[in-house]
Amino acid sequence: MTLLTSLARVIAAQAGRAQPTKTRRHVHLSSRPLVLIPLQLAGEACAPLAAMVGDDRDKPLQLAVYEPRDRNRRFEFAADLAETVLAYVDGYAAAEPEEGQPYPDAPQLLVPNLGGVAFARMLGRSTRFRRTEGEYAVPAAVPLLGRWLSYYAERSEATGSALLIPLTAALADHWATGQSAMEDANLAALVSWIDPPDGMTGPAAARAAEDPVRCPPAGPVTDPTFDNEVLDHLVKAVRDAAAGGGTPLARAQAATDAALRSQLEPTWELMWRSVDLLRTLPEAASVPDRWKSDRWSFTGQVGWLREDGAPQPRRDGAVAAARRLARLEREQQRLAVQRAYDDPLVMAEYRLTGEAFAGTVSAADPARLDTAGKRAKLRPWITVATADEVVLENGTVLRSPDRPGQDATIVDIALSGQLALVTLELKGGMGQAKVAPPGAMPAVGDEVTYTTLRDEFQRAPEFPERENTPWTHGGPPADYVPTEDDAREDWS
Amino acid sequence: MSASPRPSPAQAQTQARLDRLRGRALPVNHNARTIAALAANPGCSRRALMDAAGVDKQQVATHVGFPAPFGQSQFAIARGNAFEAQVKEGGAAQLLTLLREHLGLDVGQAHYHDLNDVGGNEAALVRHGRTRQLLTGAALSAPGEATGTMFDHPMLRLAVGGRHAYLEPDLIALQYQGRFHVVEIKSFAIIDGQADPAKVAAAAIQSAVYVHALRDLLGGDQGRVHYETILVAPRDFSSQPTVSTVDVRRQLTVLRRQLDRIASVEGLLDLYPAELTFDLDPDPGGRPQRPPGELAGAIGQVTANYTPDCLATCDLCFLCRDEAAGTTGALGRSVRTDLGGVEHAGQVLGLAAGTLPPSQERAEIAAQLTRAARLRTELLGTQLLGTQLLNTDLAT
Repeated sequence: MTLLTSLARVIAAQAGRAQPTKTRRHVHLSSRPLVLIPLQLAGEACAPLAAMVGDDRDKPLQLAVYEPRDRNRRFEFAADLAETVLAYVDGYAAAEPEEGQPYPDAPQLLVPNLGGVAFARMLGRSTRFRRTEGEYAVPAAVPLLGRWLSYYAERSEATGSALLIPLTAALADHWATGQSAMEDANLAALVSWIDPPDGMTGPAAARAAEDPVRCPPAGPVTDPTFDNEVLDHLVKAVRDAAAGGGTPLARAQAATDAALRSQLEPTWELMWRSVDLLRTLPEAASVPDRWKSDRWSFTGQVGWLREDGAPQPRRDGAVAAARRLARLEREQQRLAVQRAYDDPLVMAEYRLTGEAFAGTVSAADPARLDTAGKRAKLRPWITVATADEVVLENGTVLRSPDRPGQDATIVDIALSGQLALVTLELKGGMGQAKVAPPGAMPAVGDEVTYTTLRDEFQRAPEFPERENTPWTHGGPPADYVPTEDDAREDWS
Repeated sequence: MSASPRPSPAQAQTQARLDRLRGRALPVNHNARTIAALAANPGCSRRALMDAAGVDKQQVATHVGFPAPFGQSQFAIARGNAFEAQVKEGGAAQLLTLLREHLGLDVGQAHYHDLNDVGGNEAALVRHGRTRQLLTGAALSAPGEATGTMFDHPMLRLAVGGRHAYLEPDLIALQYQGRFHVVEIKSFAIIDGQADPAKVAAAAIQSAVYVHALRDLLGGDQGRVHYETILVAPRDFSSQPTVSTVDVRRQLTVLRRQLDRIASVEGLLDLYPAELTFDLDPDPGGRPQRPPGELAGAIGQVTANYTPDCLATCDLCFLCRDEAAGTTGALGRSVRTDLGGVEHAGQVLGLAAGTLPPSQERAEIAAQLTRAARLRTELLGTQLLGTQLLNTDLAT
């Protein structure tokens, strides 16, 4: 965290309501996202218990595993979930994209929290290797769902990707609450701070939301008291009735459904409320650009699967892992710059640390020429009067979010009362004219921001080909071939 | 390190004070998890004192209206028990195979002793004595032989805050070639060689507690207990066990330092009146009769050191969080650090608004806060909130 967001937390605590830390929405929101709330059985690595899923707020689909420890029931659950998820995903890949373009839109999955992302990863891992023939055959949709969930979980590690979003993270990124980051991981409490019910303060609503009876946990872990006092009996009742079948079994299953619905429905409402809250913020300028990367990624994944793509290996090889890490780091850096350019409140962080300043143009010379060389070059000067603390030195090259193609080099910094007068020499973005045309550079009276932050193209570092993996990193990895063992793996 | 049951007069006096603190309730045993939690927050006098006295913090918290948010699902317990039983079945046959095949331990055979019950006498002290006797003997016997010995449920104890605490015996001590290894069986899965980092970290600190206590039992000789502990957990999505070693040297260093920092309990007791007690005044049916307000008053006399991390580890967390409202620490350690260590929210806002003149050492953070507040006002068009609350808060 930073001084600015920490101060926002203090203000939120005192005001009894969350405070904005962004003035724009830095995350893409689909007009029709797929909300997925998974629940799993406590104590197991990945035993699905139930899920509520759908892209229509009024029509959630509820899935349940009445015997969560039965392997066959788990695959049935995976097949049921696949039906909804794959239909949703396929809808975005129905028409071929234009030549040289990605699909016009991509499917977006919303889960409540980081646990939901981990569940997607685990369910993906445990289903993507399954075979559709031979021993332990599963429906074709199961391994396909596994590949998609694995893809989404991996993509969510890329900063700035919006294909799979844990909503607690998205909300906490845009608002500071008067509680700790750890408490913000509770979706109900977080939403209570941001949008408390009428007549209640944020903290009072958040405390109430921590009561698992009033607000069941948003999964994937269930409330232990619910497990012990409700679910345990229901699972036993289903088991007892299973042999006989018929009405008693249907009744036991209906009772389980109703109990699970009581655990899922409140979160379903919260998920859509969270989407509404995020939509109140205007979208940041570079969000479409990042979403385009996501669309490209989705397009690539569709192509890969259509060419009968093999499941993702259990673990990345050394070269693939290094390449991935380098890409994540570049994206992270790029994202930080974009967010600051898009949002004055993010830029304020840099103004506070002296890496940026904002002020008013007090003087401008749009016709100034640099005559030092053989030919005179147009290098206009402007002077910016700022109340920000400027700790930069002469010669530093700056950029303005308003004109990212124009370099501004500090020529002089003078103090005038409480203000600093920064004189900048401008270069680029003014065409061939003798005098900078209006609008190509800031004019007197304009409000401007200049910063050392720049979004520059960086070459990807070079990595050896996979087959040339050095011995220090284990040598070339064996080709990944899905094995019988992978397909038959225990899921108990 | 003597097992002598006869305490000195000073020890007896301390024990009497601690017994008074606890009141009529039976003392609650420590386990590796509680020691790890205590060591994670050594500056908390409240927890140190209650743990030293064996106070049932969960009951206390419930009675004053802040029941702890922890519960364990029966499904998780059943899964854990079934896995442990499976690994230990037939003289820990599965475990032995794993040690041979995966760790290359040349354990031809191993004896398996369950110390869970010593001739029907379950007193911790007796069990601890028996554990010491057996393990010391085993450690001395014939190094080099390919025979290992597994001691299940050894009763270990640890000096915490100047007092010995017995640990719930939830480990196997494997003696092999004159050295001991701590074996912990956990039911979280290791998938493709990776497990939930938080769970591995928690298991590692718990193992470190056992290594520390086991070394203590064997006379403090570091070399007799290996710093590499053995973690047994289900592999991938199956219930088949897999095994891996965990180097706990770093955790041991942290633990030792934290245990040293926990003020000796005598020193802590001196700070509080002799009649202080957390007794619940139970009726014959065990129902607490003490007025909750009075109990809360007693708790309030002992300083807590609340951080949001307590929410994951301490039964008293909701009570302490309530008390800590209005402090920057309640918002997280990093928030407090960002705000230059200023303790109260009201002071932060006062410094930011310029209504609270900063002291010399706070001049810098005050200037930064003023600039931060000015930026927020400039960009959000809102005035800094809460300034009207300052006059009441500044006194603290």
